[in-house]
Amino acid sequence: MTPTRTAASVVLQGVSKRYGPVTAVKPLNLVIEAGTLVTLLGPSGCGKTTLLRMIAGLERVSEGRILIGGHDVTELSAGERNVSMVFQSYALFPHMSVRENVAYGLISEGRAKREAHAEADAALVTVGLAGFGDRLPSEMSGGQQQRVAVARALVLEPDVLLFDEPLSNLDARLRRSMREEIRALQQRLGLTVVYVTHDQSEALAVSDQIVVMRNAEIAQAGTPRELYEAPENAFVASFMGEANHVKGHLTPASPEAGTVRLGDLAIRLPHKGLVEGEVDVVIRPEAIILVEPNASDVLGGTVATATYMGAHAEYNLDTPVGRLFAVAPEARGLRQPGDPVGIRLADYGVFAVKGS
Amino acid sequence: MRFDRPALAWWLLALAGVVVLPWHMQQDGLGLGAWRALATDDADAASALGQAIGHGRWWFWPTILALAAGLPGLGPILPRRRRGRILALAGGAGLLTLVLQAWLVGLRGWSYPGLAATFGELGNRQFGIGLGGALTFLGFLFLLTEGLSLLGRFGGDRFVAGAVGLLAACILLFTAWPVVTVLGQVLAVPEGQNAAAAIADRFAGPKVWGLACLSGGSSCGAAWNTLALALAVATSCTLLGLAFALIVTRTGFAYKRALRLLTVLPIITPSFVVGLGLILIFGRSGLVNQAVEAVTGTGLGRWIYGFPGVWLAQTFSFTPTAFLVLIGVVEGISPTMEEASQTLRASRLRTFATVTLPLMRPGLANAFLIAFVESLADFGNPIVLGGSFGVLSTEIFFAVVGAQAEFGRAAALALILLGFALGAFLVQRRVVGRRSYVSMAGKGDGGLSQPLPDGVRRAAVAVAVPWAVLTVTVYVLALAGGFVKVWGRDWTPTLSHFARAFAVESGPAGLIWSGGAWASLFTTLKLAAIGAPLTAGLGLLAAWLFARQRFAGRTALEFALMLTFCVPGTVIGVAYVLTYNVPPLEITGTATILVLCFVFRNLPVGVRSGVAALSQLDKSLDEASTTLRASSTRTLFQVVLPLIKPAIVTALVYSFVRAMTTVSAVIFLTSAEYEMATVFIINRAINGDYGLAIAYSTVLIVLMMAVIGAIQFGVGERQLGRRRASTAPVAALAVAGGRA
Repeated sequence: MTPTRTAASVVLQGVSKRYGPVTAVKPLNLVIEAGTLVTLLGPSGCGKTTLLRMIAGLERVSEGRILIGGHDVTELSAGERNVSMVFQSYALFPHMSVRENVAYGLISEGRAKREAHAEADAALVTVGLAGFGDRLPSEMSGGQQQRVAVARALVLEPDVLLFDEPLSNLDARLRRSMREEIRALQQRLGLTVVYVTHDQSEALAVSDQIVVMRNAEIAQAGTPRELYEAPENAFVASFMGEANHVKGHLTPASPEAGTVRLGDLAIRLPHKGLVEGEVDVVIRPEAIILVEPNASDVLGGTVATATYMGAHAEYNLDTPVGRLFAVAPEARGLRQPGDPVGIRLADYGVFAVKGS
Repeated sequence: MRFDRPALAWWLLALAGVVVLPWHMQQDGLGLGAWRALATDDADAASALGQAIGHGRWWFWPTILALAAGLPGLGPILPRRRRGRILALAGGAGLLTLVLQAWLVGLRGWSYPGLAATFGELGNRQFGIGLGGALTFLGFLFLLTEGLSLLGRFGGDRFVAGAVGLLAACILLFTAWPVVTVLGQVLAVPEGQNAAAAIADRFAGPKVWGLACLSGGSSCGAAWNTLALALAVATSCTLLGLAFALIVTRTGFAYKRALRLLTVLPIITPSFVVGLGLILIFGRSGLVNQAVEAVTGTGLGRWIYGFPGVWLAQTFSFTPTAFLVLIGVVEGISPTMEEASQTLRASRLRTFATVTLPLMRPGLANAFLIAFVESLADFGNPIVLGGSFGVLSTEIFFAVVGAQAEFGRAAALALILLGFALGAFLVQRRVVGRRSYVSMAGKGDGGLSQPLPDGVRRAAVAVAVPWAVLTVTVYVLALAGGFVKVWGRDWTPTLSHFARAFAVESGPAGLIWSGGAWASLFTTLKLAAIGAPLTAGLGLLAAWLFARQRFAGRTALEFALMLTFCVPGTVIGVAYVLTYNVPPLEITGTATILVLCFVFRNLPVGVRSGVAALSQLDKSLDEASTTLRASSTRTLFQVVLPLIKPAIVTALVYSFVRAMTTVSAVIFLTSAEYEMATVFIINRAINGDYGLAIAYSTVLIVLMMAVIGAIQFGVGERQLGRRRASTAPVAALAVAGGRA
């Protein structure tokens, strides 16, 4: 299959969704560049699926406008927009063969049956299912059904391809290989893809951009690195990976950075415009470095629990600023509960954020 | 030039109705032969345009103008929204003017004296609406919905808009209007009577609410009788049904399958067959009476005619329905709950009493209410066994067919019955809607359901087994009655009853169907066969709208439809007679009214089986089809309908069977020309000709069994097997069923 000629950008302008008194999506703006894969990530009920369905045209927007490829599609129904969707349950028609499933959209568009079936077979080749056209969906494995669903969406050469939690019905190993396939296909064909998931590792693995949503609004949008390494608030920090939350005292020292005191420990951090006073400090477990208790410039603490994990060790530490969860790379010299330790922080994985 | 083709088609339909076809009802039925409507001199056979031009019937002009005004909406010149507005306005105006002229101008000119006083005498008149008027109505209706969909209503989907319009029009025309007419009839008082007193007597007189029977008087009012009977029947049916359900689902009882077969009986038998059976056993010349008389020398008398007999007959009739509902309830209780209770050191009895029974409570209430409503609406058993014990449904009948033709009284009684049914319906909605503990997610938890505690099991078996034996006995004897000369007096085996009903002679011109029953059997088969696809189609369409579409007014429409479901058959019968006896829709005595009656009485079957099937169907299949550029029509026909085939079959079969076996509503609507099988049988039974009545019932039952068996055999295995539905269509039928 040739790369899609029509990959298009998606622009949401002040889009919101209300069901009676309930607000499912607060007014938000978002630009999805043509040819990129953007993930909508968030816990269940955050509005990410509603947002996707509004782009698909399956839900009407309450306010705002949606532009696809520069055209206003707000008033168009799902069938009139040039978008395709891969459903969580795949939604393959169980009474049709795989080929009929894939050709369904083409025939809807008024193409001749023979031509549609030929294109369907070509699309099945693209997803690695050559020769499976005559099977019924029920005769295929979960991963194969997933590919049929992708082929059925791709064959229409959509401006935008939408995925609604496409991997949640697969087992862990298959999930990993399918997400790599989806990413490879997207890059090979230059597709614009909007992808909904609640799994942060899946989002990190496939995305150009991640939009983290919380309580019907965007918590932060950015590249996977930005979100993991520079979260703007405690929610994003802990949603994108394990994190400790402690209170510290900030003294701004320069336009960008300041000093944060955590007990006896003072660290320099970018303050991102925070003013002097108490701030939330987020510490990734791998940023906690354990040293001898009598070393200088350390936060003193005691080991509360120690867990041997094979490749690494995990500790819970009692410190003056609260209990901290730490991951230590070396597991052989496992410390014992009750041992005093000194704690230093790495120059990555520590962030001062606004109190939540 | 490209026209909006669907809109053009509807416009042309309305045009044909206005210009070409005879507007009014013709003597030869639909008047298909009346193409001369264009040029006829007979005003009543002319089209609307012909009447307006040639006969001075000016009241057609607004309708004709509305049609003309819609013309610009069809063309390609105007923008979409503008066309939508034109079509919607023209369609709406057309409907309005059509309804107004039909309503205001009747058989004797103005329908209301006040209009004559205001505008002067009309000097002209019109009959009821015929083919032309009906098609024009449809044309305007769909022009209106086309217009609304162009304006972006109903999601801009013309199919959804049209379906909603059709359904709303059907509910208004064939349920709301008749019920309102009944209301009006209650308030119509003959000249010279004190209106308030007459109306008060109809509603609150001693014949309705009297309590004389409590103080040793003759009999109580029909309302009390009805309530007492319904409560007694509901209680006995629920208890028996529970016993059956527990045995079938929770014991190793050897004859479970046989018990389940019992549930098919009430579907295929007209309700009065049990009554006939009871007469043959306990009636004055019944088996038991004769035996007792032979031994003791004194008879038992007429005790079966009255409350005990009707109660017994209705309990026999409706226990299988309660049984079927309760099987679902008991099976729906997750075994893990009971296992949890057992691991918490509860005995089996304590588990049953504190976990199982409370979990079943909403289901029990539902079964109770279903049996209650069935008893309210039942007509066949009270008419056969009631004697002087009058319930509302029979009193309504006697008020209408009696010498005085007291329509006002019939209407008042019908309203009271409707009130009871609505009350039960509202209670049922509350109970089932809010307090269902049974998880409906198909996946059951693992684990085995606990066997019943011994005491409960013994009690259930002790109650259920004799009752099952008795039920079978009643049916067998009821049917055996057709094979002896005169039950109780002359036991000579004979086929003469069958011969009288179903004799066929060969004459010079081929076969002569000389038996007395053929005419009614053929009529019934034909009308039921016409009604079944209409019922299934409309019902599934409604189900699809409610389960899959969102549109303004959906909740209101859904509620209105649910309300129509709970109108008892006798009420509908009276309402139809009162409404369609006179123009504008004068269809009493025709086959049309019978088919309409079947369709709207059996619509619940189509809707419920459709909703049940659609709720099993993943909604994302529809959405996938939509995102794959399919129109809603394509989605419906390519994806949804093929996947709910079993529901379609269920709806078809069940509406056919019910049309064949129903009594309550059609007894008001049959005419000499269109006599129905069940009405024929009832009339024979009332006249004491039990032999023929029973012979005919036997034939009906065998016929229904054959139909269901054939469907089960042909469709059941293949279609249902693949969709892992363990319930055969028949089982699904009975749950879907309402009242007979």
